[in-house]
Amino acid sequence: MPVSALTGGRVRERRLALGQRQADVARAAGISASYLNLIEHNRRRIGPGVLARLADVLGTEAAALAQGAEGILATDLRDAAAGAAGARPELERIEDFIGRFPGWAELLAGQHRRLGHLERSVEALSDRMAHDPHLSAALHEVLSVVSAVRSTAAILAETEEIDPSWRARFHANLHADAERLATGAEALVAYLDVSGEEQEPGIAAPQEELEAWLAGHNWTLAALEPGASPEARAALLAEAGGLASGAARQLARDWLAEAAKDAAAVPMTGLVDAAARVGLDPVLLAQRFGADVIAVFRRLALMPGTKLGVVICDASGTMIFRKPVEGFALPRFGAACPLWPLYTALGRPMTPVQAEVEMSGRSPQRFRTLAFCRPRLTGGFAGPQLAEAAMLILPLPPGTTGTLGVGTSCRICPRPACPARREPSILSESQTGA
Amino acid sequence: MGNHVLVIEDEPNIVEAIRFILMRDGWDVSTLSDGDRAEDTIRSCRPDVVILDVMLPGRSGLEILAALRADAATRSLPVLMLTAKGQGRDRAEAERIGASRFMSKPFSNTEILASVRALAGV
Repeated sequence: MPVSALTGGRVRERRLALGQRQADVARAAGISASYLNLIEHNRRRIGPGVLARLADVLGTEAAALAQGAEGILATDLRDAAAGAAGARPELERIEDFIGRFPGWAELLAGQHRRLGHLERSVEALSDRMAHDPHLSAALHEVLSVVSAVRSTAAILAETEEIDPSWRARFHANLHADAERLATGAEALVAYLDVSGEEQEPGIAAPQEELEAWLAGHNWTLAALEPGASPEARAALLAEAGGLASGAARQLARDWLAEAAKDAAAVPMTGLVDAAARVGLDPVLLAQRFGADVIAVFRRLALMPGTKLGVVICDASGTMIFRKPVEGFALPRFGAACPLWPLYTALGRPMTPVQAEVEMSGRSPQRFRTLAFCRPRLTGGFAGPQLAEAAMLILPLPPGTTGTLGVGTSCRICPRPACPARREPSILSESQTGA
Repeated sequence: MGNHVLVIEDEPNIVEAIRFILMRDGWDVSTLSDGDRAEDTIRSCRPDVVILDVMLPGRSGLEILAALRADAATRSLPVLMLTAKGQGRDRAEAERIGASRFMSKPFSNTEILASVRALAGV
């Protein structure tokens, strides 16, 4: 397994957390204490065999030592570099940067996230100007009245000889327009005041807000299961009602309503038992429960104690639900890698798509993916055909071969000869100096 | 080119001001306040220039413009579109469909008169 320059630090952290002595761990792993000391201080790169033995001694996975939380930080920093205009950050030294200046790295990644939020706020406000029908109509009304006032006032001011009947009409029009303008302006200000207050806190990313809330529950919502008390369910709904933005609250309400239906169709206790018998196969599980296959994907995402990720997208490929899994970085913004089996499934509705993939990165990790798409015909024959595709992401043990290389998104993917590439990668730009 | 201008606008005080400005300049002015009757009116009264607001009750100004451009009889009829400032998408769409000129509200009397004269080739 490829390891990063930070692996040694994680070995040390893990050993200290367990309260074990360096000499004891080294002996158990079959290496000298001085060698382990060099490893722990990132002065020696660690080979896959030694890493596996150390992981075994420390009671953890080798992958966890090879790519810890810094992996997420590194992904955020690469994302920040992708958007850097003019500057050319030293991408090959990201891990050195994180290791030597963890505080600055966290600050930079945090600033990048904040910048993303602000950009989306601006975008949302621009969209609002264009798409909020109330605001658009209100502005049009105000501008129309202003036009009438401007033209009428100009006529009265610039026309020396004007018929008295016209003059009287224009005066009456000006008076009426002034009244309308005052009323319209007040209503507009009141509307902007109220909607602005509602919108400000969570304007940036309602979907992220919902996912963060679910992650805060460790992706387990017992209150939705059949037999849970009405009080527990009401408390959960009330908690969802406390999310920062109106959009996130609406998303959460819709999501919880659907999750409750899923739970009734596929109770968690039954799902855990069935999964132990037939494995994590959404199609077999759906058959066993007589349930919708995509509902089973959603249920698997909430299954306690499992290290699996789930992504669900709509017919446009936009991700509408994400449960991340370590090592399989999901794009925060924009489109994902088109090679994901999720998109293969999207093009082949009702056909299960199974593939083993390797996620690109300094420490590539391999996953088994199961993807499925089903059409949604909520409007019957007359309605549009919608679709939902889901992908289960299951970590594979190290050493698995013969996998499909995928990435997070083109901009931060290092695969140079990818046939699906949409745009150059900042990583190859860095290497070529482009 | 004659001197008949049709103003399709639902804001009565704008209509009145435009009518006064154009009549004072010697134009023959007809007015209409909703979009549904626009095509029929244009075909029957055959104006030389149309002033068309984007946002109308019934059919929108953009729909009316598209219908005019799809008909050989009105394809080259000069149409001055009235849009509101900040409605850039409406303006882009009107340009794509084939508006002859644009004017953003609030406009000045001088601008509207100059535009009508230019469209009529006066």
